[in-house]
Amino acid sequence: MEERSGKKIFGGIAIGKIKLYSKTENKVVRSKVDDVEAEIKRYEDAKGKAIEQLHGLYDKALVEVGEANAEIFNVHAMMLEDLDYTESVHNMISMQNVNAEYAVASTGDNFAEMFANMEDDYFKARSADVKDITERVITILCGGGESSDIGDEPVIIVAEDLAPSETVQMDKSKLLAFVTRLGSSNSHTAILARTMGIPALIGIDHKEDWKGKIGIVDGYEGKFIVDPEMPVLEEYFKKKEADDEQKRLLLDLKGKENITKSGQKINLYANIGNPGDLVSVIENDAGGIGLFRSEFLYLESDNYPTEEEQFLAYKKVVETMGGKKVIIRTLDIGADKQVDYFELGKEDNPALGYRAIRICLTRPEIFRTQLRALFRASAYGNLAIMYPMIISVDEVRKIKEISKAVREELAAEGIAVGEVEEGIMIETPAAAVISDELAREVDFFSIGTNDLTQYTLAIDRQNAKLDAFYDAHHPAVLRLIQMVCDNAHKAGIWAGICGELGADVTLTETFLKMGVDELSVSPGCVLSVRKAIREAE
Amino acid sequence: MKSFKYKITDPVGIHARPAGRLVAEAASHHDVTITVTKDGKSADAKKLMVLMSLGVKQGDTVTVSVEGKDEATVATQMEEFFKKNL
Repeated sequence: MEERSGKKIFGGIAIGKIKLYSKTENKVVRSKVDDVEAEIKRYEDAKGKAIEQLHGLYDKALVEVGEANAEIFNVHAMMLEDLDYTESVHNMISMQNVNAEYAVASTGDNFAEMFANMEDDYFKARSADVKDITERVITILCGGGESSDIGDEPVIIVAEDLAPSETVQMDKSKLLAFVTRLGSSNSHTAILARTMGIPALIGIDHKEDWKGKIGIVDGYEGKFIVDPEMPVLEEYFKKKEADDEQKRLLLDLKGKENITKSGQKINLYANIGNPGDLVSVIENDAGGIGLFRSEFLYLESDNYPTEEEQFLAYKKVVETMGGKKVIIRTLDIGADKQVDYFELGKEDNPALGYRAIRICLTRPEIFRTQLRALFRASAYGNLAIMYPMIISVDEVRKIKEISKAVREELAAEGIAVGEVEEGIMIETPAAAVISDELAREVDFFSIGTNDLTQYTLAIDRQNAKLDAFYDAHHPAVLRLIQMVCDNAHKAGIWAGICGELGADVTLTETFLKMGVDELSVSPGCVLSVRKAIREAE
Repeated sequence: MKSFKYKITDPVGIHARPAGRLVAEAASHHDVTITVTKDGKSADAKKLMVLMSLGVKQGDTVTVSVEGKDEATVATQMEEFFKKNL
């Protein structure tokens, strides 16, 4: 058994035989031609044929992956008709008396390099498109046919790289997954894999002797397992079954509204802890991000992340979500989630200790840096800020003073700031009980049920001995949630739930009755909760 | 010569597909030269690769100039196209 890690392109589990796919490499040799006119005509004929093939691919892709994705083949055809590209090939043939294959290969290299040298990742990735069209013309010039035959049985395609045209030409019913070494998450092949819903990984080096062996692609964890041992294989068969069920749900519920039978609507968002999870947020059709834990920035770094680093990370998230709401929770570390450079020290009772907003209010320089980054990023999308571990009105007023000062400072510097909703987590019984007063200070509430339950019941969830005493549906917790919702609505603000309880479908109907305005759950639970909402009265 | 300035609102900028549409639109106006300029770099709007090589992103302002027969009408049409597609 061998295991490799790669970059996730599309989630999903595939189990099957490995097929090593390699394109027929065209060896281009430079040779001298005498009849320049005939050589140019040979190029023009090949180009015409390539364009014809691309139009055929467009028609095939149109049916299989939809117009938006199929259009790339029309763009490929236009790239071949590009005046500069054509002129470069013609010039090389006529000035240097070289063969068409060589002229096309050199021209392709030059244009591919032009894109590869661009700063932006998206445009960089376009060099693969230039190589693809160039390769197509050369194959025709060399007399090669169009073939991406992958055989008769379903396989996991393992390759060095795949061009979009190759991806589309493969027989979908035989295609279990893609695993390549090269490529980027911006490449059209990656986009196509996502659209076709095929698990895909990149950044994985392959070995020749993998051919024909059984492979497992875990598109969620970014793992590729070759020749798995029996227990691993069995475990993955189970995972695959659960995953298939989830995908059926997805097909059924994607794009549908979160609305009950009687017409009550609720927002359904996702909780994430890393920009890498954005893919699954979009895949699972969440309406926004209800809890973005900002700790990853601090945990991944060995010193305080700078304003610029944070700004770029938040900006990327709001831009990727394209106008959908993104609620970012400010720093929530403490003695249980240690970060060395904070030098927090050991505490006997970390859950009740120096953590979250308590650190931010006593070390305002850390807080201000994060707020500046957040407000700057707010100009690029729909960003909201949420403060954790609140117990008093006084804390909220202090936070608001700091936040106001930060915004004024940015305005004085001429930096644009968007409309930002500011809310608080309700995760202490104290906050729930005084939620009537807190509601007058903020734009929204988000109930963190994990901590709220632990603090209300005085039960440590990590302590297995207490399982018999633990009741996730304890009436005290449910009454607090009701109270928080009522107080929010009285003050004209909204209240959501971002703890694990939000994904508990046996409570969905109860929450709807309570008037909860938003549920934020892990991306994988979005669709099952949507199902529960749509089945509720 | 007629020209106008336009700030790109498309979230991905002039990437492959919109660039393809822009070239097709520009190419339909035979008797004019249409130039797109960003930060001093110019590209013929009828040439796909060089147009993409400008690397135009959301928020960038480009200047589009039209020169030739009926340039004023074509410029208006191009401006409509930008507003609708980019």
